[in-house]
Amino acid sequence: MLNYDIVVIGGGPAGLAAAIEAKKNGINNILIIERDKELGGILQQCIHNGFGLHVFKEELTGPGYAEKFINELKSLNIEYKLDTMVLDITEDKMISAINTEDGFMEIKAEAVVLAMGCRERPRGALSIPGTRPAGVFTAGTAQRFINMEGYMVGKKVVILGSGDIGLIMARRLTLEGAEVKAVAELMSYSGGLTRNIVQCLDDFDIPLLLSHTVVDIKGKDRVEGVVIAKVDENKKPIPGTEKLYECDTLLLSVGLIPENELSSGAGIELDSTTNGPKVNESMETNIEGIFACGNVVHVHDLVDYVTEESIRAGRNAAKFIKKELKKDSHTINTKAKDGIRYIIPHEIRVENLDNTLDMFMRVTDVYRDAKLVIKADGEIVREIKKKHLAPGEMERIKIPVKDIKNNNISNITVEVQGKVK
Amino acid sequence: MKEYEKVCIVCPVGCRLTITEDSNSNNGYRVEGNNCPRGEKYGIKEVTNPTRVLTTTVKISGAHHDRIPVISSDGLPKKKLFECMEIINDVNIVAPIKAGDVIVEDILDTGVDIVASRSMDKQ
Amino acid sequence: MYNVVIIGAGVIGNFIARELSKYKLNIAIVEKDSEVSNGTTKANSAIVHGGYDAKPGTKMAKFNSEGNPMFDKVCKELDVPFKKIGSLVLAFNDEDMETLKELYDRGIENKIPNIEIIDKNKVKEMEPNINDDVIGALYSPTAGIVGAYELAIALAENAADNGVELILNNEVKDIEKIDDGYKILTNKQEIKSKYVINCAGVYADKINNMVAKETFKIIPKRGQYYILDKSASYITNHVIFQCPNKFGKGVLVAPTVHGNIIVGPDSQELNDDQRDELQTTSDNIEYVRNTAVKSIEKIPFNKTITNFSGVRAEPDTGDFIIEESQDAKGFINVAGIKSPGLSSAPAIAQYVVELVKERYDGLEKNKDFNPRREMIVFNELSKEKKAELIKKDPRYGRVICRCENITEGEIVDSIRKNAGATTVDGVKRRARPGAGRCQGGFCGPRVMEILARELNKDIEKIVKDGNESNILTGKTKS
Repeated sequence: MLNYDIVVIGGGPAGLAAAIEAKKNGINNILIIERDKELGGILQQCIHNGFGLHVFKEELTGPGYAEKFINELKSLNIEYKLDTMVLDITEDKMISAINTEDGFMEIKAEAVVLAMGCRERPRGALSIPGTRPAGVFTAGTAQRFINMEGYMVGKKVVILGSGDIGLIMARRLTLEGAEVKAVAELMSYSGGLTRNIVQCLDDFDIPLLLSHTVVDIKGKDRVEGVVIAKVDENKKPIPGTEKLYECDTLLLSVGLIPENELSSGAGIELDSTTNGPKVNESMETNIEGIFACGNVVHVHDLVDYVTEESIRAGRNAAKFIKKELKKDSHTINTKAKDGIRYIIPHEIRVENLDNTLDMFMRVTDVYRDAKLVIKADGEIVREIKKKHLAPGEMERIKIPVKDIKNNNISNITVEVQGKVK
Repeated sequence: MKEYEKVCIVCPVGCRLTITEDSNSNNGYRVEGNNCPRGEKYGIKEVTNPTRVLTTTVKISGAHHDRIPVISSDGLPKKKLFECMEIINDVNIVAPIKAGDVIVEDILDTGVDIVASRSMDKQ
Repeated sequence: MYNVVIIGAGVIGNFIARELSKYKLNIAIVEKDSEVSNGTTKANSAIVHGGYDAKPGTKMAKFNSEGNPMFDKVCKELDVPFKKIGSLVLAFNDEDMETLKELYDRGIENKIPNIEIIDKNKVKEMEPNINDDVIGALYSPTAGIVGAYELAIALAENAADNGVELILNNEVKDIEKIDDGYKILTNKQEIKSKYVINCAGVYADKINNMVAKETFKIIPKRGQYYILDKSASYITNHVIFQCPNKFGKGVLVAPTVHGNIIVGPDSQELNDDQRDELQTTSDNIEYVRNTAVKSIEKIPFNKTITNFSGVRAEPDTGDFIIEESQDAKGFINVAGIKSPGLSSAPAIAQYVVELVKERYDGLEKNKDFNPRREMIVFNELSKEKKAELIKKDPRYGRVICRCENITEGEIVDSIRKNAGATTVDGVKRRARPGAGRCQGGFCGPRVMEILARELNKDIEKIVKDGNESNILTGKTKS
């Protein structure tokens, strides 16, 4: 049996940042377990730029962002195992994992940081009707094929879903010589950043079909076409609006789901909105000493916020090992109110906060000229004006600890006040 | 007097800009709808010389992948992106490569280099 | 010249081949697809029915009641997942209760063991998620669930291990009577055989009509399904039927042998030329959903991982057709094998063997017949066994499918076996990578790599399923 102070599951941006921070906070005996053949996680296939504006104040590519952390990890001599799969984690932090070199391993950890990331929603989850030919890919699978392995997935492409991955892939495929016929989006607004709509679609005259969805897939062996229809306000296809797009490929960019099968197995409580673990101010789950950060907790749109959150998880895992994390503290619960879908963290042990309380959240609709209103036990503590709020863009709020520490607040709520666009 | 409608892509807000030719203004253009000075700068550039940062891949041998990601060191003229792709697609490099290594120097005489955006060791 | 050629590598054809391989016969299976088990066998409810449903005196009743008890042995021999979990037919009104009594009486006549009609309390005790308006149910403890395509594949592999030749990618175009048997013309070659067994599923009538008078017609009937994620498995531990109606046994809700939940099917009659139309359609899928919630209201359809459809071969005669053709001696039809076809398969195979034996005087047993076909499922092993296996072959230490923890070793096994996988879907049906939550998003590319390596092919030539179902369209920058 192997023994470590901290075992980090996942060597993507979340795991890397958590491990580095834990090491910087005095913990030496750390192991990262990564299932892929290299560190960096999904960043390695996100070759576009736009990463790191918050953390490094410069625009990096995904691999560039990852490399900064990988280099730091190596200079800190943090141990990691590649091509290694965790099969199981128990409540008392016994990890079983396998790889080809070490075989079957049992690893005892004092603390665990879960950083497994997320996976893409496949076609099946949407029940898209039609045949089941080759040529239907999730956007991330296609991205890996094209960017890392150097294979093209099609020549004439329709993309369903206008989140950032869908938009970025529309540009990538176009640059590599494919024809992107359209991007269809079920919602009446795009889930992606406006700048990506301009740079990835408008630049190449790719139509964005809002309030549209794929209602049929045609083709026996390979996709031969997809039928796109307009949807009404209940997102139901409107009969008579169907149009056939001839194509050999359908890319799906229809959402990401945190990968929490290991967490569930360990008995960690999940939030049914985020599909990730419920966490406290220290990014600790309901099981003492098991922390979680990054997309395994909730799906982020900016890696910079993953890093920020994971640094917090790493630092607190170190504190836990050093027995500095306070268990008996006054505890505040957070609650998402009107216009807010969820708030991370779920629970705040006031004694463990340093200077500010950091909260991440997502709104339910697109708003213009709105404000985020933060209340403590019903009393407004803060209002933050927002020109623009959208479900696709995560909001971060920092509240000075002095505003909440002194009185016996039992809950903090956040709501949106303003007009839905 | 010519007028252009553009969406600013400098930050996530996405201001809708109206850029009008205006000989009285310093830059020859008047920008409206922007919420910050960066929007004005972007608006003028977008109608005079629109540029885009290009990210793509290059063939590599001797590494653990067959492709290595690259990025242009600065914005490239928008209308030259496909021409740049043709040049980049013909390049073959050999590992090891360090992040920041110049892969194509001064592509199409634009003064912009194509550089590796990650390192790849020799296998 | 073969002794026996079987047309169609579905569960029926493969079962007959495997049973015939217990004798000294020169046997081949001819299949039009690139993989075995690619027709009705890969897309059905995968239920081993109790046997109370079919009308007493029919072939369906006979073979179902005989076939059901045979599953334990064959599934054990072939390492095929099979669980005798029992089934409930629910009644929600007095009319339904009448139907249950009818089914019960048929069951008694069909000699189905241990069936009973139970009251609401017992039903709710057994399955608390069943809707409150249930008033009773017919409980059939011997009903079970099986891996249907796994069984067909295992049978093909075991048959091949015992000398049966598998001729894939050969579509039968014509059959001619020759002096000592038949000449089968495929799109690729001529195959001669003394006996021909027609197990061509939805095309069985077309095959029959090549050599014999038209005595039956196959009506293609499509059924559509949902598969839900394993996290939905709590909703039932039994196969839950509604009362049968003129469309068949109706929409069922059941666990699968892999711990998922299956919901379906509907029944839609297709035109004669639509026998390959396997698309799902929004209206029918919605019908399945709206009907299923009458049994269990709280089915978590948001946990759907895939939908699929299958086409069943409905005989216009109303019963299985298992007999030698009147006007083509030595040509045996095994046709119209709709539900309970899977449940009947072991008994049908045994019966067909008897038909063949009758025609061969003193047919010798194949002394080398090996009934075992082994299958390693890494995730189901104890940790000691896991450790041991990786030590022996490190490929079992490399997980390819992250959702189902399927290792490279298992995938290589599925390709290297006799009658092994040659396509991504073929690997999926044997070893299950890509059958989990992400449906191959992560592991698809890795499976393709392994297939390319093992088959010594370019990765661009690897197909999903059919011969033209290429996944990649070329290299970038070339």
